[in-house]
Parts: sequence; structure tokens; C-alpha cells
Amino acid sequence: MKRSLFVLVALLALAGSAFAQDFIIANGAEPSTLDPALMQDTTSNQFYLAMFEGLVQYDPRTSKGIPAMAQSWETSADGMTVTFHLRDAKWSDGTPVTAQDFVYGWLRTLAPETASNYAYMLGMVVKGADDYNAGKGKAEDVGVKALDSKTLQVQLVGPAPYFVDMTAHSAFAPAPKWAIEKNGDQWTKAGNIVVNGPYILKEWKPQDYILVAKNDKYWDAKNVKLKSIKYLASDNMSTNYKMFKAGAVDWMNGIDVSMIDEIKLRKDYQASAQFATYYINLNNQRAPFNDIRVRRAFAAAIDKKTLVDKVLKGGQIATDEFSPPMAGYTPQPGQGFDPAFAKKLLADAGYPDGKGFPTLTYIYNTNAGHKLIAEYVQQQLKTNLNVDIVLQNMEFKTLIEMRNKHDFTIARDGWVGDYLDPNTMLELFISDSGNNSGDHRNPAFDKLMEDARMAKGDARMKMLEQAEKILLQDDQAIIPLYHYANQDMVDTSKWGGWYANPIGYHPPKFIYKK
Amino acid sequence: MSRYIIRRFLSLIPTIFIIITLSFFLIRFAPGGPFSSEKNVPEQVLQNLMRKYHMDEPLLKQYLEYMGDVLHGDLGPSFRYRDSTVNELIGQSLPNSMLLGTIALVLATLAGIAVGIVSALKQNHWQDYTVMSIAVIGISVPLFVVGPILQLVFAMRLHVLPLSGWITGREGFKALIMPALTLSFPYFAYIARLSRASLLEILRSDYVRTARAKGLAERTVITKHVLKGGLLPVVSYLGPAFSGIITGSIVIEQVFAIPGVGRIFVQSALNRDYTLIMGEVIVYSLILVLMNFVVDIVYGFLDPRIAYN
Repeated sequence: MKRSLFVLVALLALAGSAFAQDFIIANGAEPSTLDPALMQDTTSNQFYLAMFEGLVQYDPRTSKGIPAMAQSWETSADGMTVTFHLRDAKWSDGTPVTAQDFVYGWLRTLAPETASNYAYMLGMVVKGADDYNAGKGKAEDVGVKALDSKTLQVQLVGPAPYFVDMTAHSAFAPAPKWAIEKNGDQWTKAGNIVVNGPYILKEWKPQDYILVAKNDKYWDAKNVKLKSIKYLASDNMSTNYKMFKAGAVDWMNGIDVSMIDEIKLRKDYQASAQFATYYINLNNQRAPFNDIRVRRAFAAAIDKKTLVDKVLKGGQIATDEFSPPMAGYTPQPGQGFDPAFAKKLLADAGYPDGKGFPTLTYIYNTNAGHKLIAEYVQQQLKTNLNVDIVLQNMEFKTLIEMRNKHDFTIARDGWVGDYLDPNTMLELFISDSGNNSGDHRNPAFDKLMEDARMAKGDARMKMLEQAEKILLQDDQAIIPLYHYANQDMVDTSKWGGWYANPIGYHPPKFIYKK
Repeated sequence: MSRYIIRRFLSLIPTIFIIITLSFFLIRFAPGGPFSSEKNVPEQVLQNLMRKYHMDEPLLKQYLEYMGDVLHGDLGPSFRYRDSTVNELIGQSLPNSMLLGTIALVLATLAGIAVGIVSALKQNHWQDYTVMSIAVIGISVPLFVVGPILQLVFAMRLHVLPLSGWITGREGFKALIMPALTLSFPYFAYIARLSRASLLEILRSDYVRTARAKGLAERTVITKHVLKGGLLPVVSYLGPAFSGIITGSIVIEQVFAIPGVGRIFVQSALNRDYTLIMGEVIVYSLILVLMNFVVDIVYGFLDPRIAYN
């Protein structure tokens, strides 16, 4: 028994990594998939950035789209047709990357039997895509066509100005038809996978690590500096942080929140505003929050700045707005911190000094950070409104279920934008949106959001600003608390090409040792 | 005897069947589902997902189909890890947990018995007090405290052992040392206390007094008479301990980033990855039931007082 055990250990040791790696990433979890059409979490997305390349890719500084497989593109005068011109590029098996590979990839993401979560992103912008995904239309009617092997033409549902940037997303990836048809569900395994990005999969040890090595067939291989990258699947932030301190990890996404006081003093701690908002969700149709005065009173009673500065301390940005600011768009803040006004509003609503106010239950998913915030909110409401709320934590899936069923009065919530445009934030509050769990209903808001779909340029941004104004100033449908911070540990004096940016994507192609 | 073994073995089948059936329905009654997330997917995407995983069919039909697949050894596709089947996921992680668990249990058993014997023979001497104090610490200090302390000392300060991770070419099985020690600690402590208590009882028994009275050497008394009876409780404990050490290594697997079956179990429950939860439940209950079965049989051979008629 003992001898066989020893042999087993020795074999396992031999079977271990035969490759050295230049750069080690603590990736926070095991990716759910390496198939771009199926990716839906940031952990998996890391491998999209390493191994695949869409028409455009994320600029490492700004997260905006920059030419990738597409060398150039032009948009028709009505903004409804975009024509992409592909560069000469090869897949890792030497096959040229063609416009047909994009058509195949997009249709594959959309095919109902693929059951891709992010098919809706294509559905939002590409003509006929939504119908095909819903099983109501045909693949031939989807507005993506290969005019020739190097020209891809896309028909849009509206002049969506964010469309080109969107094509950096994994749902818009080209796909190697021959490799997928040959290996079926196994096509993403090492040895089977065919990629068009800077790195290719070498080793995949589930729950342990994934190793990728430079893809010599990549069109821009000469500018790819790191020879190989190892992604650790460890989900224990405390262990990851120790690994980072010990020099066994070069980049760690996310931090060990309990160590924030130590971490924030470190030079290799990178915090930057994320395109995302943490907010308190109110059930707009349920008493007492069916009264705008109560919603506004709650918004006025919570000091967001102190929350961020004294409680969270991690570089978050206190806000009364929902959509983060960006070029061409000025966010429209809701009610700010004003305890005296809060008291008055609550009295107007029939609860002078909190008298007669029902005891509400604030629900949140079990997590040390959410707990801190919930306790802070509880204390602020007590101090500034003399209102008591009860805190109730629960498992994440249970919280989601309760929010979806509108079975709550006040709940913790958060939203991360999928692309850099206010639309991805605000569309959440359209009356029939599947994510409108607070049940905000305002026809004027819905109309502006609908009109903005077909509008362009500055006029469109003004419509979205107007919509946010309704959401927060007229309705105070929710209480924004802060914009999340991307929190990373990486020593930028040692590693170049890694920049803090709003989406938090860091294409490894650009990373190099200084 | 063999009739007993066969009968006992056959009785395991309904047990497993009931566990699978109960779990199948229970997890479906938990709020939320495999496809719910902070961002709700549009209705049509949800429909596509439900169809793909046959969740649009009546529950009873799903159950019967699942049982049919299980009988053929097919645990289905994972809802969460979409490139893998449950068979693959468990097949890759279970050997790691088994290896770690076996090493930890062997360590715990050898050290626990040795310490138990010493303290029983030196009852109320300093040796006894020292090791029993350590045992109390072992039982009461949680693993998520012991693990990081070892990490701090051996990896961060002394740099002699890798901080975390699994066996790789360079580190060899050095990576196993800390997790195995940590995992074995509470089991070691329990076995030490168990063997001490049981040995003390035997030492005071009539047949040991008789053995001494007839002039046997103390060494012979201990090895021939005391140990054989005194270690029986340890044997019966090893069954549940083995299943416990494999299924209970979740914390250790997280702290030391070990690609084991415990980590995916926790994740699968939180993700409502129905097929993966079921697969793990089946594997865990098989281990538990089989271990108890083995202990029952072994006990019969060791303890002359038990007869299987």
C-alpha cells in the first residue's frame, strides 16, 4: 500500500508542469468555460483576452475598441451598416482567419441549441439576431455576411454607436468551424483548441491552473513579450494575497478585503474606478417605498462619502448617480446627503421623527463587505431618520430569487456595465426589463430609452441624461452608494503594459517585464 | 459469515437509492436555479438553456432519465463548467482528495495511536499531560486557523515549503506536507484521546490483571493483550474518519489551493449546479456507506466477541 502510494506520488510529480512561466496570475476561480460563445464570467474572459481576438480588442488603457482582426471599418451614412476589412491573420493551425469564421462564430453564439448567455448582446445590435436566438427567425436572416474572405458586413437594428466597441466582447468572437466540428464539446481542451489570439492553451489542470504559451502564428507575435502565462484557480483571497507577497503571483485580481488597511498602503495596490455601481434597491411598488418622499428621505439620510472613506477604504467613489461619467455624458445625480431634509421628507410622508414607520428588512447576500455596508446603512437610518431596519443575510441565489420575484422591500444590489456606454446601466430600469427588480415604472423614462436606441451622437447622450434625471431626480427609484473600484495587486514598476481601466480588462498581449 | 457480508452489502443499495432520490428533489426546491445570476438572462436565453439541459421537461421524467444515466455510470454534463462532464470533474479531483486524505489519515492514525499508548502507560505524568493538551488544541482549533499559521511559519518566514498549490514538477510532493499535516491534526488528536481512553480501560480489566498475575512480562502484556483490545475503537472510528477526511477537506483545499473534490462541492452547491451536486452526493455517500461496511466486516475479524450469525 505504502509503496504504491509512493509510486503514485512520484508519478504525479513527474506529470507536473514541464513548462516554465513568465507571468503568474491569481485568477480567483476556475473558469466556467474556454469557449468564447459560452463565456459569462470575468474568470473565463481572461482566457478570451489571451487566446482569441475579435474584430477589435480592448485598448489596455481606455477599454475602448482598437483594431484587431479588423484593420479598418466604415459605417454607412444612416449608421445602420458597418463594413469591416480584415487583416491577414492565421489561426494557430495555420488556417487563414476569414470573414466566414466570424459569420460562423456569431451564428454559433446565437444558435438556440448553443444556449449562450451572452447571445443577447448580439441580439441587441445585429439585425435578425434576436429572432434567430429566440427560435423565431432563420440563421440566413441574421445581418452578418461575408462579402468575401476579408470583408465582413453587419446590418444593425439601430445606429448603435457603441457597436464597434462591443465587438471586442467574447460573444462576437470568430470560431474555427473545422476544429469545433471535429472535436465537438472537447474542442477547447489542450491539443484540440485552435485559436487566433496571442496565446494558446498548453495545460489545463481543473481547479489548479491553466498554462498558456505564446502563439507563434499570431499576426502580431513579434510584439507579444511574455512567453507563457500561468493562471491559478485558487479562490482563497487570503492565500492569493500571501502568494503575491511571497512573489509567487505577479498579478492578483481582487483583494483580501480583511487586509485593506495593510493593502492600501502598498505601492503595488492598484485601485481605479470601475464602470459599475453599488446601490440600494427599493421596491417602488410596495409600501412605504411607493411614496417618492420616503425613497428620497432614505437617499438623503445616508452619507455615502463617509461610507467610502471610513468603512470601505478601497478606492471606491461615493456617488448619487447611477451611470458613471464618461466622455459626452454627464450623469444626473439623485438626492444627496442632507439629514435635515431627510427628516422633513419623512415627516411629510406621515412619519415625523420616524414615528409609525414600519420595521423593514434589508436583505443582502452573505459576504463580509456587504455586511459592513448593511450595518452602516442601518446605523445611518437610525441616526438620521430614527428608523429601524432589520438586516437579513442569505445565500446569493436566494437573494437573486427574492429580488426577481419583487419579493422584498429593500435590498442590496449592484450592476457592472458590459460596455462603456450609459445605455448598459440605464436600460436596467425600463418597465419590462428582466432586471428591473425594484419594479420602477415610468412611461416617460421608457420612451426616452426607446428613442435613444434610434438616435445618434450628442442628441442620443442628451436623451440618456434626461432618462437618468427621471430615474434619480423625479423618481429616486434606487439609492446609488458608490462606483465600485477595480482592485488589483500588481507591481507596475516591474510590469509594463498593465493599466488601470474602467472595464478592468487587461489584455496580456500588452504586458511585458520592465 | 459470507452470507452476512452479502446481506449487509445488498442493504447498501436501497440506502444509496434513497439518498440519490431525496437529494435530486431537495436541491430543486432550493431557491434560485443554475441559471440565475446578478444579471438575469433574457427569457429566450433562459428557454434555450432550459431546453439544452432538459429542464423544460416534467420533473419526474427528468428524475427517471437521470436515474437511467446514473445506472450507466453517466453523471451528466455540468451546468456551470460547460466544457466538462461531471464524470470528468470528479474523476480529476477525487484522486487528489483521496491522496491527500489517505496520507493525512495514515499520519493521524500512526501518530495518534503512538501518542495514545504513551499517555495511557504514563497516565498522569508530564508526558500524558503534554500530549493530551496538544490533543485538546487539535480538536478545538479550527483548520482555517491551523492552515494559515503553518503557511506563515513554513512558507512565509522559513521558506522551506511551498505556500499553496498542488504537486508540480519542481516542488514535488513538498506541496503535500502542510495540507496533510493540517488535515490530520484534528484526527490525530481524536485518535490519541480515543486510544488513550480505551487503553486505560483495558489496563484495568480483569484479564490484564490475570495476565500480569501469571507472571507475563509487561511488554508481552501490553502487546498481546492490551493493544489488541484497546485499539478496537480506533478501528471502528477509521471508517467514518476516512469518509470524513475526504469529504471534509473543503477548508484545507481552499486555504492551500488544492484541486480537490471538496472545493467543487461547495461551489456546485452555491452555483446550483444540479448535476455536479448530485455527482458529489453520490460519490460521498458511496464512500461513507462502503467505509462503514468495511469497518463492520473488519471488526468481526478483530473482535472475538462479535459473531455474524
